[in-house]
Parts: sequence; C-alpha cells; structure tokens
Amino acid sequence: MHEFANAFVLFSNFVLIPSITYGSQLAIGALGITLVFSILRFANFAHGDTMAFGTMIAIFCTWGLQAVGFSLGPLPVALVALPVAIAVTVGLVLGTDKIIYRFYRDKKVDPIILVMASVGVMFMMNGLVRIFIGVGEVSFADGSRFIIRAREFREMTGLDEGLALRTTQVITVVVAVVVMGALFWFLQKTRTGKSLRAFSDNEDLALLSGIKPERVVQITWIIAATLATIAGVLYGLDKGFRPFTYFQLLLPMFAAAILGGIGQPIGAVVGGFVIAFSEVSLTYAYRRVFEYLGPEGFEIEGLAQLIQTEYKFAISFMLLVIVLLVRPTGIFKGRVL
Amino acid sequence: MSGSTRISQTNTSLLHQPWFLFAVMAALLAFTGFAQSWLFALTIVQLCMISAIMALGVNIQWGYAGLFNAGTMGFAALGGVAAILVAADPVPEAWSAGGAGIALSALVIGATIATVIVVRAKLGGLVRLIATALVLIIGYLLFTYYFGPATSAIEAVNPSRTGYLGGMGISILFGWLVGGLLAAGAAWIIGKIAIGLRSDYLAIATLGIAEIILAVIKNEDWLTRGVKNVTGLPRPVPREVDLQTDPAFISLAQSLGMEPIALSSIAVKLAYISLFAIVLIALVYLSEKALYSPWGRMMRAIRDRPDAAEAMGKDVKRRHLQVFVLGSAICGIAGAMLVTLDGQFTPGSYQPLRFTFLVWVMVIVGGSGNNMGSVLGGFLIWFVWVQSESAGFALMDALSGLLAEDSPIRGNLTEAAPHLRPVLMGLILILALRFAPRGLIPER
Repeated sequence: MHEFANAFVLFSNFVLIPSITYGSQLAIGALGITLVFSILRFANFAHGDTMAFGTMIAIFCTWGLQAVGFSLGPLPVALVALPVAIAVTVGLVLGTDKIIYRFYRDKKVDPIILVMASVGVMFMMNGLVRIFIGVGEVSFADGSRFIIRAREFREMTGLDEGLALRTTQVITVVVAVVVMGALFWFLQKTRTGKSLRAFSDNEDLALLSGIKPERVVQITWIIAATLATIAGVLYGLDKGFRPFTYFQLLLPMFAAAILGGIGQPIGAVVGGFVIAFSEVSLTYAYRRVFEYLGPEGFEIEGLAQLIQTEYKFAISFMLLVIVLLVRPTGIFKGRVL
Repeated sequence: MSGSTRISQTNTSLLHQPWFLFAVMAALLAFTGFAQSWLFALTIVQLCMISAIMALGVNIQWGYAGLFNAGTMGFAALGGVAAILVAADPVPEAWSAGGAGIALSALVIGATIATVIVVRAKLGGLVRLIATALVLIIGYLLFTYYFGPATSAIEAVNPSRTGYLGGMGISILFGWLVGGLLAAGAAWIIGKIAIGLRSDYLAIATLGIAEIILAVIKNEDWLTRGVKNVTGLPRPVPREVDLQTDPAFISLAQSLGMEPIALSSIAVKLAYISLFAIVLIALVYLSEKALYSPWGRMMRAIRDRPDAAEAMGKDVKRRHLQVFVLGSAICGIAGAMLVTLDGQFTPGSYQPLRFTFLVWVMVIVGGSGNNMGSVLGGFLIWFVWVQSESAGFALMDALSGLLAEDSPIRGNLTEAAPHLRPVLMGLILILALRFAPRGLIPER
C-alpha cells in the first residue's frame, strides 16, 4: 500500500499536476483560436504572438507595481496587472481588425488570405514584443512560490516521495475554471452570446434575424484577446516568459482546437487537456513509478520513457494526424471541413 | 476621367514590366557594390538566388495550386541533411559500431508496418484493433532494443569530431538532387494525410511537420550530429587558399591588376553564383514550361474552380499532392544548396520566420502564380532583409543620438535593432496583400 501511495504521489507530482496546469493553459489558448475560427472562419496564426504581447504588457505593469512597492502577499502581482494587460491587448487586436482584417472581410476573400494576413500580423507582433522586452527569459512570478513543499509533504505523510504544489499551478487552474465558466455562461445564457453562436452556425440566417455582423466580430476579438492574454500570463507565470515559446504553442493549441472539434468551445477545452496529458505522460520517465509498483528489489534498466522530451511537439502533431485520419470533425463534431 | 485612367494604366504597365523591375533590382545590387563592397553585393546575390529557388518552390504550391505550405523550413532542413549524408566523409568506425543495429532497427520498422498492413487487411472488428495495437507495441519494443544501443555506440565514436555515421563522401552537388528527393518523400507522406482537407489544415499540419523535422535533426546525433553541427563539408568549387597559391591564378590576378587574395574571394563567389544560376535557370525554364502546358492550365483551373475541375474528371486531390511534392522538392534542393554554400550544417539556425514566412513574403510580393515574379521577389526581399539589418542599427543609432548619454534606453535601442526586421517584413506582407495582392509581376 505504502509503495502504491509512493508511486501515485510520484505520478501526480510529475504527470498529473503538470498536465492539468498545462492543459488549462492550452485550453484557454485553444478557446481563443476556436472562437476566431468559428466566427471569422480562419486559423489565426497570430494568436500565439497575441499571447506573448498580452503577457509582455502584464509584465510591464507588474514591474511598475513592484516598483511602487505593491504586493499581494502570497499571490503574484501579475493578477492585478492582468486587467490592464487585457485592456491593452483588446485595443491592439481591435485595431488590427479595423486596419487589416476588416478589409478582407468586406471583400469576402478566400479565408486563406486572412490566414496569410494573420501571418503578417504575427511577424509584426513578434518583432514588437522582442523590441520592447528582448529575447531573454523573464520571470515575473512573485509572492510565495509553493503552497505545498515536497519536504513538508514527506514529513506530513511519512511517504518517501514528495508532492510539490506551486502557487502558479493552483492559480492557473482556478483562473481557468472561472474563465471557462464565465465563457460558457456567456455563450449559452446571454443574448450576445447566443447571437455569436447563431452567427457561427449560419451566417446568413443570423444576418436575416437582425444580428449585426460587425458587432459579433468585435465581441469575438474582444473575447479572443482576453483569452489570449489570460492564457499567456498563466503560462508565463508558470514556466517563465520567453517570446519564442509562444509561437511554439501555436501547434499544440491548433491541435487541441481541431482534436476537440474546431468551432466547438467545449472541444477546445477537452482537446487542450488531451494534448497536455499526452505530451506530459508520454515524455515522462516512469522508471521509479514502476519500481514502486513492482515487487521488492525490482529494478528497471533505462528510463522507461516512451518518447524523448525533445519530441513533445511530435505528440500534438501525431494526435492531430490521428484525428484528421480517423475523425476529421474532431471529438465534438466541429465544423465539417 | 478616362484620360487619367489611361495615364495610370501606362504607368502601372511600366512598373509591371518584368525587364524594368529586374533592371531596378540589378541597379540596387550594383549600387550596393559601389557604395558598400562588391564582395558584399556578391554575397547577397548568392543568397538571393537560393531564396529565388525556394520562392519558386512555394510558388508552385501556392501560385499554381493554392496550397498553403507553412513548413518550408522543414523541407529546406531536409535538403541540408541530404547534403551532409551525401558529401560528409564516412565514419567507418561508427558504421562498424552501430551500423548493424541501425539496419536492424530499420528492418524492424519495415516489418512492423508490413505486419500492420497484413493484419488490417486480414482481420476485422475488435480483433483487428487489438492485433494492430499488439503488433505496434512489440515492434516499438523491438525497435528500441536495437536502436538505443546502436545510437549510443555510434555517438561514442570520437564524439568531439564525429559521433555520427557520416556521409558517403561523394560530390555535394549530388546532394542537391538527394535533397530534392528527400524533401519530396517527406512531402508525399504529409500530403497523403493533410491534402484534401481545408486549406488552413494543410498550413497547420505543415507548420507541425517542420517543427518535428527540426526536432529530429537536432536530437538524432547519430545521423546529423544534432546541435553539435557538421562543419567543413567538401566544396564544389576551389578554396580561396588553393587559388591564392596557384601560379596560373596569380598570373591572372596580375594581368587584371588585382591582389590575388581579393580576386580569389570574388572568383569563388562567382563560381558559386554560376552553379546556382544553372539550377535557377533550369528550374525557371521547367516551371514556365509546366505552367503553360496543359498540366499548368489544369492546375490553375483546379485552383480557381475546384468543383468544376472535379466535374470535368480531374482528380483534384491527386493533382494537389503532385504539386505539393514538386514544390517541396524544390525547397529541398534550395536547402541543400544553402548548406553547400555555408559549408556547414547548423540545425540551430533554422527559424520559421526566416525559412518559412520570409519565403512567403517573397512569393506574395513578387507575384503569386508568376515564376518570374517569384524570382524577383526572392531577390528583392532577400536584399531588403539583409540591408534592413544595417539600416535598423543606423536608425537606432540615430534615435539614441537624440537621447542623453547615460539614458538606459540607449542600450535597449541598439539591442532591439535586429528585431525591427520581422516588423518590417510583416508590414511589407500586409501592405502587399492589401494594395498589390497580385504582386509586382502579376500572373498572366
């Protein structure tokens, strides 16, 4: 029993908790992608760099607040900076829509042109972020680092394995639950949310029933920018901020959105968790877990790792390919493409 | 009213004359030669040509068929791998240490795939699922059993200098061809999966495959030395030092009234340029031939009216796959040429911004669907990309000149200069899409 508990704690510490945290971050990111896709009908390549931009603003605000001696006690100051960052990012995204995307929307061009325009936006945002904050790693998580420390946990339970729970992990999950709850409530219960869903389902019918398309588009961008900033800040708090990692998040986020069924918000959430859990669990070295579970004196040569950590991109890609081959509409029947 | 329209039309028609635009491009390069240095101008031309070839490849996919390939970087990197596998010196010790293990692992992969195919053909229902899973698991375990020790053995052979299987030690020019073939093979696999779905999906899938190809190249040290880089690849042209000591060359330099050292670097660059020119001209010729053949007309018909083309009996999916493979092969060739020019393979240098999206800017600005446009776009955008680096530093210097000596922003500004380039490229892409969506030399 003791051995089993040890194995479980080890598994929780290195697989379960990290994948729940990472999954929440991916889910919020993928929600933004899937919303833009279902309303504006294109895959937004700039989403990752929008996340980076929002995070950068949050970091600047955090620095500003820290400079005047502001502190939230055990919580990171970035939580206070978050609303400001969201406001700035929403402004930027609405600006890009007005200057760039709107033109193509009015001309009803092929969606791929919008994808390409979003590549241009991605370039510019990427450059701007690097100009303003540089390319190095920035750690902006302050407050207390741990809620449960590994050593305290060992002393408390008498197990050999420790369980560490970081503050940022708990914050991520709490914020994610709140954000997703609010979003689903908004989409299902409010009049505006319903008009969004109607627009996504059948544009012409929505127009006939008096829904203003430009308003729907604006609200979509506002939500997408909000989600991007939250996802970016949570990811940055948890893993440190480096501009180029946000571009690399694009693939897992796209994979999550498609896996769940593109255009389906619930699909994006499920997809995010599936991708995160697969990435973490397939790249974890299970040697010690198995040694606990095996008989006394049982030893494994090697790491018992299915896939090397360097190939974690390959996992989201593989899942994407499997979905495309087996069920192109995704788990929750997204738009049939 | 009509008069002014006519005037603007004549104006645009001059601006849209290919010869005029190429003359402007040549003037820009010549100006660089005079104002900066001829060696620098030639260096730009070398990479302009490689860029033009990559742009040709992307143009075949996007311009002819409307396929969005966001993984050019991966195919270019595969071309680079081919260049090493062909040209690097073989490492016999590594082969004897782990060659058998690698061969066995390859055999296991082949046998596993074959068994899966047989199992899936012969069995049905739940049995099929279980059997497939079982075969895959056994295959995987058997594969790691042979593969792990073999790669460790190979990587242990003189790790500071080799630690990989090496290449075949034949001319690197042959590697250009192999690069094309390798990229074509990868494109065929990815195309089989992603083509036929919505165009965004192809973009996402290719974005992913490029990252994976790079991950493999960076981590499989036994094959490519990974991030330890392969340096000192054999060159298809003579080395500068050999030329400088060659009596015939020295007398040539004297008759031209130049220093042998200066002439040798120019001569080597010109030699590369002529090699690249052969490939570029051949590819442009073939692309033009293809575009104005029945095949090219069919491709454009498929691009513009896929449903109508399908109704006429054209196999849209198959044609898309074909054009995807062809375009990726060209990107592979360009990748191999780039490694040849550098004389080394550095996986860390492959960035999506530089190798995928920059090529896209070239194609869009040049004129999608027009081969000459892609060539022009390749030249022009590479030129702007190179020149904007020094321009960025100059701009930041000027800006920081306005600030106080001890201002902390001064250091930041100079540091930020290289990142102006992506901003500029994004701006060019957006402006081109908006105001000149057909590009500098539009499709005829």
